[in-house]
Amino acid sequence: MGVPQTMLDKLWAAHEVLRRDDGVSLLWVDRHLVHEGSHHAFAKIRERSLSVAEPALTFAVVDHYAPTRGRSQIADPRIARMIDTLRSNATAHGLQLFDLDDPQQGIVHVVGPEQGLTLPGLLINCGDSHTSTHGAFGALAFGIGATEVAHVLATQTVWQRKPKSMRITVDGTLGPGVSAKDIALYWIAKLGTDGAQGHAVEYAGSTIESLSMEGRMTLCNLSIEGGARLGMVAPDETTFTYLEGRSYAPKAADWQAACADWTALASDEGAGFDREVQIKAAEISPTVTWGTSPEQALPISAAIPDPADVAPEKAAAARAALDYMGLTAGQTLEGTPVDQVFIGSCTNGRIEDLRAAAAVLRGRKAKVSGMISPGSTQVDAQAKAEGLDRVFTAAGLDWVGSGCSMCVGMNGDLVGDGKRCASSTNRNFKGRQGRGARTHLMSPAMVAAAAVTGTLTDVRPLLRGRGA
Amino acid sequence: MAGWRVHRGTVLGLPVANIDTDQLIPARFMSVPRAEGYGSYLLHDMRRDEAGELRAGFPLNTHSEVSVILAGRNFGSGSSREAAVYALVDAGIRAVIAPSFGDIFASNAVNNSLLPAKVDDESYVALEASLAKGPQDVIIDIDTRTVTVGAAKIGFVLDDSWAMKLINGWDDIDLTRNHGGAIAAFKRTRSQTAGWAWPTAKE
Repeated sequence: MGVPQTMLDKLWAAHEVLRRDDGVSLLWVDRHLVHEGSHHAFAKIRERSLSVAEPALTFAVVDHYAPTRGRSQIADPRIARMIDTLRSNATAHGLQLFDLDDPQQGIVHVVGPEQGLTLPGLLINCGDSHTSTHGAFGALAFGIGATEVAHVLATQTVWQRKPKSMRITVDGTLGPGVSAKDIALYWIAKLGTDGAQGHAVEYAGSTIESLSMEGRMTLCNLSIEGGARLGMVAPDETTFTYLEGRSYAPKAADWQAACADWTALASDEGAGFDREVQIKAAEISPTVTWGTSPEQALPISAAIPDPADVAPEKAAAARAALDYMGLTAGQTLEGTPVDQVFIGSCTNGRIEDLRAAAAVLRGRKAKVSGMISPGSTQVDAQAKAEGLDRVFTAAGLDWVGSGCSMCVGMNGDLVGDGKRCASSTNRNFKGRQGRGARTHLMSPAMVAAAAVTGTLTDVRPLLRGRGA
Repeated sequence: MAGWRVHRGTVLGLPVANIDTDQLIPARFMSVPRAEGYGSYLLHDMRRDEAGELRAGFPLNTHSEVSVILAGRNFGSGSSREAAVYALVDAGIRAVIAPSFGDIFASNAVNNSLLPAKVDDESYVALEASLAKGPQDVIIDIDTRTVTVGAAKIGFVLDDSWAMKLINGWDDIDLTRNHGGAIAAFKRTRSQTAGWAWPTAKE
């Protein structure tokens, strides 16, 4: 036995084509996922008359601009053009495309795992920062910019300096109404939105082992909001059970061989990390953001902080955030009126998320308007089979098609100027959901609670007596 | 992509933390082809009012000569959109000085000849103070990793491989194509030792 290795070490070594003298590695890319926003990269390779090196490893998905209503006739010509451009690039380069009318269409970070394109041990790139989601399977998955997307298209490789390693260990049982979203917001609030900058985060501990794949994806997805280059969880039986039989996953003897290889990916006993963080699950409450950065998050029972009381280097940001959010220091978060709710996105648009929200809404009415956008057409179908769509519509909320939707607003699903939205998404940045939009990030169950009362609300009392 | 070693220009202080890429360019402008130019979208909602008119009080609007920005920590965090870099570059910005950068942003910047110059907190505070009254002349030297404003010369941190890339204006695709043989050999070995890494044909 040599020196104990981390999962990062093993994954890195398995993909390293070569390492330059300056320490930068050329890595082989097993899966490259592209979307409408990849148009800059396709333009770059077209300018140089290059083709896609590995079309069979490149998959295109319509998600960022996907209309969630009236898909057959797109009214906005800019949106239609973006989707048409992806179609023509996919056709020109012979790429599999999950188009708007495809039963497998959805958000790229929902579709990849759902179709078994995402597997443990792979290196996965996509021109989207939330590519960290796929690390939930024990993959090396990270977002890249357009120049790098063009590079992967042309060479099926990417240049990277190996990030530092960081392990976040969470132990214990999560309380009722507390989910993976809360774990993520908790650690980001604790360490800061740049707290894991330059690091690959591995999540470990009994709490993580108990999470479903959906929960692990939510957690890895949000790693980027804490500045991490990527997030990951060691593959285990939960991972294998999720993947077995998925469309593109290995079959029969290949499946057995793959599971054996994947089991060996976990960090070795005694492997050293550059940084270790320990968290107790019992410390984590249902959490909401109050500001314009994911680090500006607190338990729902907390009061909105006074900028005079926060760390001096963060005081100016806190003042600006309160001003933008239209909040007053000292007010409790709970009871803050919201104008609308949104459930969806690559962070929390999966079946388990919809079930958690429906458990709160069943038999209740929403006091505010809102939209539910399932993360994929397959999630949509599953939810309908379970009757979840009717729970939301009976409550008075709109059930719409799948896509990135109101998380990023590119498809025209926007929050109005000055409107406050309880949202299951990933970024509460100024203007993220629309110019002047005020976003509060929280779990799907907490969004459902906000819909029921029309205010930011602790979901726990609403869950009493219900099998959530 | 043209390389550069030394830049003489004008630096503006924008001492705000967490200027994320959604602020650098709001998503609604990202369907525009690059050829049309992204400069007018830079920090769009900070610079412009609801009617799209430039705000008189915003310093970037009154100093069109600015070529370097000093910003707060965690500049360029969030979305991987390279359009954020295009907006800066197309607006004539050659370097951003900050205590820290979003990882993907920094990489995108170097791929577009934009220098992400990382300074320590102390230097940041000193620079911020010297720019409090308005933009100043600046000299940035990649070789010596220094920013000079007036009499003050401040060091910055930059990965050596990124410095080489900025100085030489290297394009990664050209570099990588020289390693075509190594890539082909790697692919062959991987297909033999990890065949499961190739997607199965759809049934």
